[in-house]
Amino acid sequence: MIKAILIFNNHGKPRLSKFYEHYNEDTEQQIIRETFHLVSKRDENVCNFLEGGMLIGGSDYKLIYRHYATLYFVFCVDSSESELGILDLIQVFVETLDKCFENVCELDLIFHVDKVHNILAEMVMGGMVLETNMNEIITQVDAQNKMEKSEFFPFFSFSLSLYRRLSFSLPGRTGRHRQKNVSYCHV
Amino acid sequence: MSDVVEKTLTALPSLLSLDSHPGSAKLSSTSKLGNLIRGITELTSKHEEEKLIQHELLAIKEQVSSPNTTMRQMKELMVRSIYCEMLGYEASFSYIHAIKLAQQGTVLEKRVGYLAVSLFLNESHELLLLLVNTVLKDLQSTNLIEVCMALTVVSQMFPKDMIPAILPLVEEKLNHPKEIIRRKAVLALYKFYLIAPNQVQHIHNKFRKALCDKDPGVMTASLHIYLQMIQENPEAYKDLTPSFVTILKQVVGGKLPMDFNYHTVPAPWLQIQLLRILSLLGKNDQSTSEVMYEVLDESLQRAEMNHNITYAILYECVKCIYTIHPKSDLLEKAAKCIGNFVLSPKINLKYLGLKALTYVVQQDPKLALQHQMTIIECLDHPDLIIKRETLELLFRITNGQNVTVIVEKMLEFLCISEDDHTTIDLVGKVAELAEKYPLKYNEWFIETMNTVFSLGGDMMQPDIPNSFLKLLSEGFDSVEEDRKLRLFAVNSYIPLLRGEPGKLPQRFLQVISWVLGEYSHLREDLEPAEVLSLLAKLLDMKNSSSETKSWVLMAMTKLCKGGADASVTQEVSETYSSSLDTVLRQRAHELQYLSQDPELRARVLPRGAKPETLEVDSSLSFLDRFVSEALAAGAAPYKPPHQRQEELDQSKALSLEPYGLSLPISMSSCSITDRQSPTLLSMSSGLSGDTLKLDGIKRVWGREGYLAQREPVEEAAQVEVPSPIQSPGRQGEGDSLHSQTPTQTPTPEPEQEKQQLASSLFVGLASQSSVSLMGKSEPMPQRFRRKAKGQGLGSSFIANEQISSSLISPPSAVDNLLCNNLLDSNNASELAEQTSQLSQSLTTANGTCHAEAELTESDTKGCNPALRRDNCVVAAGPGPHNDPGRLTEVCLDSYLPAELSGLSHSEIAPLCANQSLNLSACHVQKEDSLILVVFIMNSSESAIQQIPAGEVTSYSVAVGQYSLTVKRPAVHVEVVGTVSYQLPAGTSQSLQFSYKVPLTSFIRPFVVSTEEYGTMWLSFSHDTKQNLTLINDNQEPLTATLNALKKKLQLHVVEVIGMEGIVACRLLQDLPCLMHCRVNAGWLAVWLRSPVPDLPDCLIYHCQRALQSL
Repeated sequence: MIKAILIFNNHGKPRLSKFYEHYNEDTEQQIIRETFHLVSKRDENVCNFLEGGMLIGGSDYKLIYRHYATLYFVFCVDSSESELGILDLIQVFVETLDKCFENVCELDLIFHVDKVHNILAEMVMGGMVLETNMNEIITQVDAQNKMEKSEFFPFFSFSLSLYRRLSFSLPGRTGRHRQKNVSYCHV
Repeated sequence: MSDVVEKTLTALPSLLSLDSHPGSAKLSSTSKLGNLIRGITELTSKHEEEKLIQHELLAIKEQVSSPNTTMRQMKELMVRSIYCEMLGYEASFSYIHAIKLAQQGTVLEKRVGYLAVSLFLNESHELLLLLVNTVLKDLQSTNLIEVCMALTVVSQMFPKDMIPAILPLVEEKLNHPKEIIRRKAVLALYKFYLIAPNQVQHIHNKFRKALCDKDPGVMTASLHIYLQMIQENPEAYKDLTPSFVTILKQVVGGKLPMDFNYHTVPAPWLQIQLLRILSLLGKNDQSTSEVMYEVLDESLQRAEMNHNITYAILYECVKCIYTIHPKSDLLEKAAKCIGNFVLSPKINLKYLGLKALTYVVQQDPKLALQHQMTIIECLDHPDLIIKRETLELLFRITNGQNVTVIVEKMLEFLCISEDDHTTIDLVGKVAELAEKYPLKYNEWFIETMNTVFSLGGDMMQPDIPNSFLKLLSEGFDSVEEDRKLRLFAVNSYIPLLRGEPGKLPQRFLQVISWVLGEYSHLREDLEPAEVLSLLAKLLDMKNSSSETKSWVLMAMTKLCKGGADASVTQEVSETYSSSLDTVLRQRAHELQYLSQDPELRARVLPRGAKPETLEVDSSLSFLDRFVSEALAAGAAPYKPPHQRQEELDQSKALSLEPYGLSLPISMSSCSITDRQSPTLLSMSSGLSGDTLKLDGIKRVWGREGYLAQREPVEEAAQVEVPSPIQSPGRQGEGDSLHSQTPTQTPTPEPEQEKQQLASSLFVGLASQSSVSLMGKSEPMPQRFRRKAKGQGLGSSFIANEQISSSLISPPSAVDNLLCNNLLDSNNASELAEQTSQLSQSLTTANGTCHAEAELTESDTKGCNPALRRDNCVVAAGPGPHNDPGRLTEVCLDSYLPAELSGLSHSEIAPLCANQSLNLSACHVQKEDSLILVVFIMNSSESAIQQIPAGEVTSYSVAVGQYSLTVKRPAVHVEVVGTVSYQLPAGTSQSLQFSYKVPLTSFIRPFVVSTEEYGTMWLSFSHDTKQNLTLINDNQEPLTATLNALKKKLQLHVVEVIGMEGIVACRLLQDLPCLMHCRVNAGWLAVWLRSPVPDLPDCLIYHCQRALQSL
């Protein structure tokens, strides 16, 4: 079972924390700090597994992490999960984020923390891996987003042509170009 | 707006290169969250951050509690609260609002509400109780996404006590046609299994069904449960071994759809899970293991080393091979595999290789020998984790010869390790090893243990010092050896105490004082006085804990002999006899008395005594007399806590029974003289420009007048509407009935896809309506008859509206509702799937009842004044609706066809809506039929094309009506339909809806004489009996009750004789049901008979409800 999923940046600022087991507020913060402490001092050329920190639960627990550019993705799991399996699950997660946000970067995770949680919810449910197929995850997320759009205009509906015309003239289409911050190197 | 932009982006990939993601750009510049985040990043100190967040929280608090905050704003506030909570600042004031948002928001807001709840609260949080009702509601929702959200939150956290309340609903979802729902339901049940295993015991066979689910995803989800259950009790699931093997074989053989591939490996996570299950099943079981050999061999071969994930599979494979009953050639291959792992330059693989070696090395120590050089290299690896893992491996292969070297390596590692967890673990291991081989190396043992104590400090498990002391005091076989060991210990401790004892951990000090107290006499050159003064020094140290002090005092008590020591002990005991710590005070007093009375001391603390075994009377039998005396004196007998708790629970238990189904009991009697054909109803509505004109309902046959004028038009313009698709289940019977079934119009590809999506989202909603669905019911073919007529006037259009009707029946929905087996899910899902593939069809959401719905396609006509050729009555022509939001029910009322407007109709309930259409419906009771009126409101600004031609202009309403009859009764009848329409742009869309009608709407009084009643009574075969509550408010309870029933359910009271009464009713025009009532001991004993199966059951259900609601 997955006990917690944490994302923080190189400075230890939490970007997402999801606990599948209950800890009190302070412990959660401590876990994030401890995990960051453990993970951040590891070199690039060491393995991606860590035997669990004290707080999160002792010898049965493992931290499995990946480091992408500015972000650490850490899964805390117990012995019933396969290490390499989780490692690839992180990859799937990040690739899914990348597809959903189109070149995901740290800012996306900050500003759309709810969306990230929703994507995560399609992958991991109550600590169990629900779906590992990226396309399926995206389909589910899209289905929800569609709801979102239909709610966005509860009464006005645009026919598609109208839609297009409208959005062409919208400001903000051009402008900032962002660099792709996350690179997919297998750490 | 950002969403619009996003949508455009997806629609027009050519523009993608311009900008990657405007969404966040917009957000970051304007939103409050953006401001907050920018504020935080600009800060320099933690203190400033705290100030800023507190300020932010105050602002949020103010806003959430303001009554003017809309749900939309609330959603945004929640996201900000989530952000603050993530940073570690408590926002507990927002918890209740999160729950409220989940309760009241629209789907999107609800999602944020649920998310906030799942991040803020935990299983035991009291506020969670408030969420139960919302979850219940959403589980029953017809919106797939709401159901998904509810299931997700349920599997994240749900109060244990509340599980029974939602369990039936979640169980029901196992039969849901949509696999994502089934999958989530399986995981939710797994969660229930984890937190309350006994509550899901009864659904174990359903888990089996999930395992056999046709969707691999659902099957994968069910493996979580099996892995857990097999771990707990492998014996009970041995029979499933062949199934798991077959599944694995298929997966490995690439039989799954390509979708499940990950980097060309078929469903790797599934394989891993299966291998784990197999290894649990095959452990210590030769016959079971034999079943697996073949497939294990195959997976070993198939998994080529090309990607991380294949290594994951290989690793599990190897573990499995070494766990189950061994087979030599498999072991050989596995060993080779491990070799590959260990030798791999990839560090992750090396790690796993070491883990695998550790796992297998006990069975096959030779393997470690093969790789000894690698292992040695790993010992010096820069990665501490690898080092640590190597030590773990070495720990497993320790023997008498290598123990000193290995322990040395471990202690070396301990010195550099900074991780508490590793330290504790390793210290334990070293201690274990040291204790395993102490005899040969006395000095080594003591020294090792000294290092362990000083390194392990106060973190190590308390049993390490305990077992060490036990080992010392119990000794071994040889007295001389024991003496040497103890003496050595004493010798090693004295210099430590003389040095800097303040640096030693408390645990170590405790061990030292105990050993000195017991064994310092073994060293002859050592004066007890010196030991005493050393110990007294420990007492004076600032960082000594009071526990350590009491150990020291105990040791001093053992040592003091009076004389020269007296002054030290006297001083100490005086200091501590007034200590605030009661234990210390006790020890100080002991020290004082025993030091003055050597004889007593010798008796109490004999030197060199072997540990005695203590006998404890755990039954406390010595108190029996006291208890019996107290009982005799009238005391209440003792109840164990759990019993008390149970009684407490019973007295204030929450009712977990769902409340009654919401039945509209507005059954005003309608006496319709005007008979209408149930088979063909036609209605026209006029639409012109912004003004909507609605025609009254037209009958095609039956009365003169209109008929004559309309008939030619109709015949000229008869257009067939795409036919209901017959599911295989009802095809046979359908043939005989579907003489008028029009043939299906093939739909264009893209539309089909869209409709598939739509139907896959909404189909099968009928099967999850309420608890009462769980009645026993055989799948019965449904018969639909559908006649469609369209009016192809120049500018008119044919409402291409697919109405399908399905009747949901829990036929015996009375008392035994819950104990009957569930709906035959196969049938239900089969039908549902059918509809999802064929976009234009009658949707039969579950084929559980024998029902016939005779549908009449009615026509909605766009009527420009010039083109309006039929002279039908314009029922209502409200002005243009500029504000679509105000199109309320009141307005819709006026659209009710003129012919029906005189009759009583149910509340107009909204069915569903999307961007362009709003669907509402109500039902109207006529004497011999029930008319379902569907209002299709175009809420968009543009006209909507209906297929094949015509349009509903902006903000106008089209009305369709359908006559429903029931051939086989059910408690509720659910009608499911699809509206297909076309936007001006040419895209076809469809909208699905379902509408539920209680059976009572179909019931009409049945006027018979007592004699006729008698004859009929004898001839009817299906009956049921039940006791109902009597209305006791006046002198004639029977009459009062019968009248109440008559009023509510439209029954006909035939006669009342004394304490008995007979009542009759029928289901629309034909199916009768007779009711015989007798007052018996305060109850109304009711006996119902009918020629139709299930009608009595359903009717009595409604009687109960009707009486309850009084």
